[in-house]
Amino acid sequence: MLAAKKKPAAKKTPAKKKAAPKAKKAAAKAKKAPAKKAPARKAKGPSEKTLKELHLKMVRIRRFEESAGKMMEDGKIPGALHLYVGQEAVAAGVMQHLSNQDWITSTHRGHGHLVAKGGEFKPMFAELFGRATGYCKGKGGSMHISSMDLGMLGANGIVGGGPPIAMGAAFSNKFRRNKNVAVAFFGDGASNEGSVHEAANMAALYKLPCIFVCENNGYGEYTAQSRHQAIVDVADRAAGYGMPGVICDGMDVMAVYEAAGEAIERARKGGGPTLLECKTYRYYDHVGVRGMGLNYRTDEEIEAWKKKDAIEGFEKRLKQLGVMTEKQIKTVHAAVEKDVDEAIEFANESPYPEADTLLDNVYNEKGA
Amino acid sequence: MSEAQKPAVRELPYVMAINEGIREVLREQEDAFIAGEDVAIAGSVYGYCAGLLDEFGEDRVVDTPISEKGIMGLGVGASATGCRPIIDLMFMDFIGECMDEIANQMAKMRFMFGGKATLPVTVLTMGGAGGSLAAQHSQSLEAWLAHLPGMKVCMPSDAYDAKGMIISACRDDNPVFVVLNKASLAMTMEVPEGPYEVPLGEACVRRQGSNLTIVAFGRMVHEAMAAADQLKDLGIDAEVIDARSVQPFDTETVVKSIKKTHRALVIHEAVKFGGIGGEITAQIQEEAFDYLDAPVMRVAAPFSPVPFSPALEQVYIPNADSIIAKVKETLEL
Repeated sequence: MLAAKKKPAAKKTPAKKKAAPKAKKAAAKAKKAPAKKAPARKAKGPSEKTLKELHLKMVRIRRFEESAGKMMEDGKIPGALHLYVGQEAVAAGVMQHLSNQDWITSTHRGHGHLVAKGGEFKPMFAELFGRATGYCKGKGGSMHISSMDLGMLGANGIVGGGPPIAMGAAFSNKFRRNKNVAVAFFGDGASNEGSVHEAANMAALYKLPCIFVCENNGYGEYTAQSRHQAIVDVADRAAGYGMPGVICDGMDVMAVYEAAGEAIERARKGGGPTLLECKTYRYYDHVGVRGMGLNYRTDEEIEAWKKKDAIEGFEKRLKQLGVMTEKQIKTVHAAVEKDVDEAIEFANESPYPEADTLLDNVYNEKGA
Repeated sequence: MSEAQKPAVRELPYVMAINEGIREVLREQEDAFIAGEDVAIAGSVYGYCAGLLDEFGEDRVVDTPISEKGIMGLGVGASATGCRPIIDLMFMDFIGECMDEIANQMAKMRFMFGGKATLPVTVLTMGGAGGSLAAQHSQSLEAWLAHLPGMKVCMPSDAYDAKGMIISACRDDNPVFVVLNKASLAMTMEVPEGPYEVPLGEACVRRQGSNLTIVAFGRMVHEAMAAADQLKDLGIDAEVIDARSVQPFDTETVVKSIKKTHRALVIHEAVKFGGIGGEITAQIQEEAFDYLDAPVMRVAAPFSPVPFSPALEQVYIPNADSIIAKVKETLEL
C-alpha cells in the first residue's frame, strides 16, 4: 500500500546519469511507485472511517474547484484562479493527519489545501467572489485565502513564499513545546527558489516539526520540469539538507496518506523535518480553466494522467474493499454538490465590503 | 529629553542601550526570542547581544545560518503563530536578500487575511555610512520600508531612544523595523535602568527655535543640532525636530513647528531622490503651505552609491557644514 522509496538522510545520493525524462516518463514512473509492500510499521490499514473521510475530502476539493472554474468563466470571480483539480490526493492524504492546531502554508494553487484542512464552502466562495463574508473579508481572494482558526497560514501569491513561514510556525511549535507540526506545500517550480532552500536548511538544523510537501506536477507555470531543473526527483535534495527524502505517488491518496503519516509522526516525536515529494498532475492550466492557449503540453499527456485519476481510482478501490457502494459514492457526490450550490448562492447574495473598510486591518490598532 | 527620568540613570553607549532594550524585552515577554546571524555565541558583530545567551539560553537566543529569507520567514511564521520574535538583520543593506518576506509576507499578511493574523515581530537592523564599509554595507534604505503599508519603521538617534524604541517596538502588535545607526554605537548619554517606552510615531523637539524648522532622521539629528548651534551665531534660531519614526510619521509636530518658524529643512542620510525627505516636503506644502516664507529645503546624500574611500565618504554624508551651507543659500545670507 505504501508508495515509495525512501532516501536516508545525509546519505550521499549518487549523481544521476540519466537524461532528464519527459513528463510522460515521470507519469509512468509515478504509476509504478505505489506497488511493493506495506510498511512494517503498520500491520493493518486505515479504518473505514478514515477511508471515507479521505474520499470525501477529495470529492469536496474536486467539486469546489470545478464549480469555481465555472464561476470564473461566468464572470463571478475576478482576478486569477489557479485550480487544484488533479492533485486532490495530496491535500487529502496529508491533511487527514492534521488537526486545527497544526499549521500549513499553501501556494497560489491553494483552495484544495484549505478545503482539506476543513475550510467551509460558504466563506471560501464568498472570498473568491470578493465579498465581505469571505474568509478574508474580501481582502485576500483566491491567492491569499486563509483561516487562522483552521491552522491555514494562507495561500500565497509568491512562488516559494510559504516554506519560510511554515518553518517559522514549526519553530513556534518547538519553542512552545507542543506536539503540533507545520506543513509547507510547494511545487516543483518553487523548489528552485532560494527561500525554500533556506527554510529547509534551517528546519533541519533546528530539527523542527516541519514537513516539506513538494507537489511535483511536472510544470513550473508553463515550463516542464525537465526545462527548469536538472534533477527528476526533488526529494534528492533532502540529502543535502540532512533530512529524509521520500517519494510517493501523488495520484494515490493511500500512498500519500501513508508517507505523510510517517513523516508527520516523526516530526511530532521530535525527529525533525521530512521532504515528501508527491508526483502528481494538474488537469487545468497554470491559471484559469481554458488557460492562455499556450502550447506547452500535449493532450495525450493530460489524458494519460487522467487515467490515473485519484478519485476514480480510489472509488474503485473503496468498492473492491467493500467500504462503499456505488450508490453511497453517488450520495456523497450529490451531498457535496448541494453544499457547493448553497455556498455559491450564499456568496452571490453576500454584500461586497463597504468602502470604509478599505483601511481596516492594515495595522493592528490597539483596542481595535 | 521630554520623557520622565527614572531614578537610576547611568551613562551608557548606544550599543549597550540596544543590549538593555533586548534584555528587558526577553525578561518581560516569555514568548519573545532573538534570532539572527552571530547573535548567540558571538553576541552579534556589533556586540549588542553580549551576555544574552548566558542569561536566556539557546532556546531564546538563536544563531541562524546566513539565510536572510529564512530568518525573516522565521519571524513571519513564528509571530503569526504566537511568538514575539526579535529578528536581527545584521546590515540594513541585506533587506534585498529578504524583501519578499518583508514586503509581501510580513507587511501584508494581516491585511490579506482580513485582520485575522497578528504579527508582533520586531526587526533590528543597522543602517548608515561612515565606516568605509562601502556601497553594500552603508545604506539608509528606510524609504523602502516606509513605503510598505502594514510596516512601522523607527530610527532612534540616541541611546535613550534606542532602548525605549526597542521596548516599544517589541510591545507593539505589528511588524516594526528599528533602524539603528552603526556610526552612533559608541555615543554615550544618560540612560535609565529598567524598562521604559519611547512611543512609535511621535517626533521629539530636540531644540526650540523661532525662525527655521530642521526635521532630521537618525544620526542626522546630531548634525542638525551642531548646525543649529553654529546658525545661532548667524542670527538664525533653528528648531530641531528628531522625527524618530518614519512610519507612521508625526506630521502634526512638524506642521506645528512650521506654523511658528515659517521655514523648513529636512535632513536624512539616504539619497535625496525618492528619499523620505520628498514625502515630508510634500506633506508640509499640503498642510502648511500658507505658513511658508520659503520653499522647503532638503539636505541628503547625492544620487550615488555610498563610496568606499574616506575622502569621498566624507563628502557623501550630510553634516553640519552642508546643512549650514544649505541654510545660507536659501536665506541668501
